[in-house]
Amino acid sequence: MTPLAFQSAFAQALFAPPRERGGPLAALTAQPAFAVYRNTVMKGCVDALEANFPAVARLVGRDWFRAAAALYARAQPPRDPRLLFYGDGFAAFLDAFEPARELPYLPGIARLDRSWIEAHAAADAAVDVAWFTSLAPETLGAARIAPHPATRWHWFPGQPVFTIWRRQRGAGDAGEIAWQGEGALLTRPRDSVQWRAASPADCAFLEACAAGCPLADAAAAAQRVQPGTDLAQLLAGLLRAGAIVPAPTAINGETP
Amino acid sequence: MTAPLGAGLGLKPQHGDAALACAADGLWFEVHAENGMVAGGPRLHWLEAARAAHPLSLHGVALSLAGAVPPDAAHLQRLARLVRRLAPALVSEHLAWSGRGESYFPDLLPFPRTTEALRRIAAHIDQTQAALRTRIAIENPSHYLRIDGHEWDEIDFLAELAARTGCGLLLDVNNVHVSARNLAFEAQAYVDRFPGAPVMEIHLAGHSGDPALGPALLIDSHDTPVAPPVWSLYRRVIARIGPRPTLIERDGNVPSFDELLAERAIAAAVLQRPAQPSEATA
Repeated sequence: MTPLAFQSAFAQALFAPPRERGGPLAALTAQPAFAVYRNTVMKGCVDALEANFPAVARLVGRDWFRAAAALYARAQPPRDPRLLFYGDGFAAFLDAFEPARELPYLPGIARLDRSWIEAHAAADAAVDVAWFTSLAPETLGAARIAPHPATRWHWFPGQPVFTIWRRQRGAGDAGEIAWQGEGALLTRPRDSVQWRAASPADCAFLEACAAGCPLADAAAAAQRVQPGTDLAQLLAGLLRAGAIVPAPTAINGETP
Repeated sequence: MTAPLGAGLGLKPQHGDAALACAADGLWFEVHAENGMVAGGPRLHWLEAARAAHPLSLHGVALSLAGAVPPDAAHLQRLARLVRRLAPALVSEHLAWSGRGESYFPDLLPFPRTTEALRRIAAHIDQTQAALRTRIAIENPSHYLRIDGHEWDEIDFLAELAARTGCGLLLDVNNVHVSARNLAFEAQAYVDRFPGAPVMEIHLAGHSGDPALGPALLIDSHDTPVAPPVWSLYRRVIARIGPRPTLIERDGNVPSFDELLAERAIAAAVLQRPAQPSEATA
């Protein structure tokens, strides 16, 4: 038996239900002690998902979450050994997960939990408000800015996902929730992840900046989704949040 | 690294500043390398702060050196970047596999110790040491299963890997105790035969009985204090090979930092008076 065949059969048996545990390693995987590996691997996957998606876990309760997480782990075992990043497909899994139908906002909550992890682990970048004010007015439209490496944004049409998420993360009041679309902006100017509400214009603007558009085009994108947007206010808000940094080309004055 | 490494502890985020501020003689910390494999942010900053205060050891759990395929290039590159950034006093990995390239299983999985496996793992260690530009220590894993097809005894296998690649060894004394109980071999004979010269580090940890099978199957659970028979094996090893950097691992039911420090003091005392014949033979 080649090493690859041994390890493939072993791996297959880790996730297989009892009736499908035949195969070339049947004598090995039938030993009671094989359960130690099955349990450790599954616990590692489920613990990681529970740690990475705390708002989802709190919303649905521990038992429901761990049962759903085990199904996800069977369908999509980790690829990256950094379990901090396990679950990149979890929101999409919940989208299609029949038992989650009654909670249509759950995949959005998972997307925000995932964004928190990404913001937490993203590259550092200096946040400097002065660079923007130093730009000459006539070059402003051609200037390029970029989202901070830790900045993540989402618009959730028709659902107050940000309010629900924020409450599960232990922030926000307990008043009645207005059932309407909401956006969220997460970033990490220094060591701790920060979040605030985002408008459709914020999201369109950041999307355009991330795509490398100059400021004039990003502003137009924001106006398209939300006509009448006060662009100065939008920019000031993003600067204050530490959500944007000069794009490398803007610093060097070069064209991309 | 100038100060000699004495007894160390696994670094836990919940112990925060108390751990970093502790001035115990010879104290060092170990972290799972994978936890520092991020582009930036508080995790990395905390490790840098720990490294500024104490010697640090990077203990990898996912390189899959015994894998059928070579270590994942991206993972090895991240490990190399972390080693450059933190300049650790020790770097270690396991004699185990945990993935097949496209998937990762969070455990240290067993394999038949064949001559082919020896060649393959030696090549993976060569590749790792070249990428990291440092010597790494390879740890003996815990065993639960009886596997057919072993051509090598574990100690001979590890010794041969050290001879072929120049790597060091990490002797996990709790793993010896757990494996000896599960596979019915003599733990004392194992530690007595373990080659002393390549040992760069020793691990101590707690274990527990399997939830279903009880003490008939011991699990390397790291969620209890180090057990008396493991302490006694440890004293035996140190008496024979002399002091080595010794780490107490604790991953579950993590007690207060002071409690871990008290357990660490036992290891520190053994290291300070290694040649106590009465204890060595106990």
